[in-house]
Amino acid sequence: MTWIDLVILVVKCIVLSLAATAVFAYFTLFERRTLARLQNRMGPNRAGPGGLLQPLADAVKLFFKEDVTPLMADRWVYLVSPTFALIPAIIIWATIPVGMWPDGQGGNWLQLAEINVGVLYLLAVMSVGVYGITVAGWASNNKYSMLGGIRASAQVISYELALGLTVLGAVMQAQSFSTAVIVERQAQMWNIVPQFLGFVVFIIAATAEVVRAPFDLVEAEQELVGGYNTEYSSMKFALFFMSEYVKLVAMNAIAVTLFLGGWQFPGLQTLTLFVTQQYGAAVGNAVLGLTSLGAFLLKVLALSFVSVWIRATLPRVRYDQLMNLGWKVLLPLSLINVAITAVLNVLLPDAPTLTAIISLVVGVIILAVTANVGRPGKEKRTVKLVEIGL
Amino acid sequence: MELIIFLITAAVAVAGAVAMLLSLNAIHSAIFLLINFVAISVLYVLLYAPFLFAIQLIVYAGAIMVLFLFVVMLLGAERAEDTRERFVWQRPLGLTLSAILLGLIGYIALRGPAPEARVTNHQFAAPERIAEALFTTYLLPFEITAFLLLAAIVGVVVLHTSGSQAGKRE
Repeated sequence: MTWIDLVILVVKCIVLSLAATAVFAYFTLFERRTLARLQNRMGPNRAGPGGLLQPLADAVKLFFKEDVTPLMADRWVYLVSPTFALIPAIIIWATIPVGMWPDGQGGNWLQLAEINVGVLYLLAVMSVGVYGITVAGWASNNKYSMLGGIRASAQVISYELALGLTVLGAVMQAQSFSTAVIVERQAQMWNIVPQFLGFVVFIIAATAEVVRAPFDLVEAEQELVGGYNTEYSSMKFALFFMSEYVKLVAMNAIAVTLFLGGWQFPGLQTLTLFVTQQYGAAVGNAVLGLTSLGAFLLKVLALSFVSVWIRATLPRVRYDQLMNLGWKVLLPLSLINVAITAVLNVLLPDAPTLTAIISLVVGVIILAVTANVGRPGKEKRTVKLVEIGL
Repeated sequence: MELIIFLITAAVAVAGAVAMLLSLNAIHSAIFLLINFVAISVLYVLLYAPFLFAIQLIVYAGAIMVLFLFVVMLLGAERAEDTRERFVWQRPLGLTLSAILLGLIGYIALRGPAPEARVTNHQFAAPERIAEALFTTYLLPFEITAFLLLAAIVGVVVLHTSGSQAGKRE
């Protein structure tokens, strides 16, 4: 590796990290405006045209807030844990192909690292992400923060299993651990059709994995004041906030990569071929890169809207419901999904359309049955009055 | 380039291990052990074993250490209360064993790597190769391990249900 390659790599890393944080800033605005519309209010619209400068105003406000460190906190761990939370959220972007801009040597400008275990890398970084929250809760030396941290670790390891197994479904469909290959194999049909059950379980488990509403027991205000970040203020609080949102967008990007065809969209190849013939390979590559990046971002935006929608619609679950859902519903469903994928791909290896239709139908039936059987609120609660002798 | 990365990672791994042993607080020890695990996973990448890198992070850093932290936090057992030696023979035995290990490592380092240890094919640890080895050559050990884990899971379930039944009887 020459030094020029090293410089290019470093520049790519910096651009990707800055892009992730910029996406965070505007995702907060998007979420606040969308939530406001869903709740029949206006949302922040004063700073700049249509509220476009609101993230900047928030950042300035957070910078100028007083930075308090609790006296009894474990000082070093307290200071380090926000970065513990943020680093996995950013480095997880390394193996996600956000587009396809061929660099002429078989590589791709829009994917930082193409490794043959890309999907496992995503799972690995995801599983390390919980430490920031857990350790922050402990280091604050506050019982509410501590409870938030303990809840976070229990919740994340419970849902990681279901998440990993649904990812395995997509891996089996493409027969590769590489994210680039998984996206390429979806040129004919997106994975959401043969992996419909897996996609639904993935979205639920991913929401729980990034501890977002309706699974945000980690920061349940009514029970835990502010949860794990109660004792944090100023930029350290902002780092936690940032890691949460960057993780959420990264999860949506992973869902797009694994189930929604990544940067592919119908007609992409025709368009590229046409432009390449008309204007040459360089322009063709550029058009391919920009349109695929645009398609990817559009899909991520659509999934992000769904996340905000879910947050505006569903109330927070109880802790026992959370654990029941993770272990007794999502884990068996994802195992069933793996079994269906394995059996169909071995029985009918040459008929992808037929396999896809069968597994779609089976998946929808299983989801419908599960939703009907497991519907909460069916059992009648009886209250027994007990006489207490005083 | 690789040598620089190796030196940095190895230094981090050793520093993490030493700090884990020396820190008095159990949570600090857990964090240092985590740093050690991450550094070792980077060493696996340098050895062309990306699958082991991912598994090291997922299993050790992602699952086992979270459980350690969880238990330590739940029990509130961060502080080492009892620093007295429980077993008199523990320290001499440990020192002897580590001296033997150090001697072996020194011998191998001085002798240099065996000629057959040099890897020419960098795909030797690709996921497909590992799966092939596990499901053909090492099928029996693999299945026995799976059986042991299943027995452990059943044991946990049995212990849990008998405990809750006892609670009901009260």
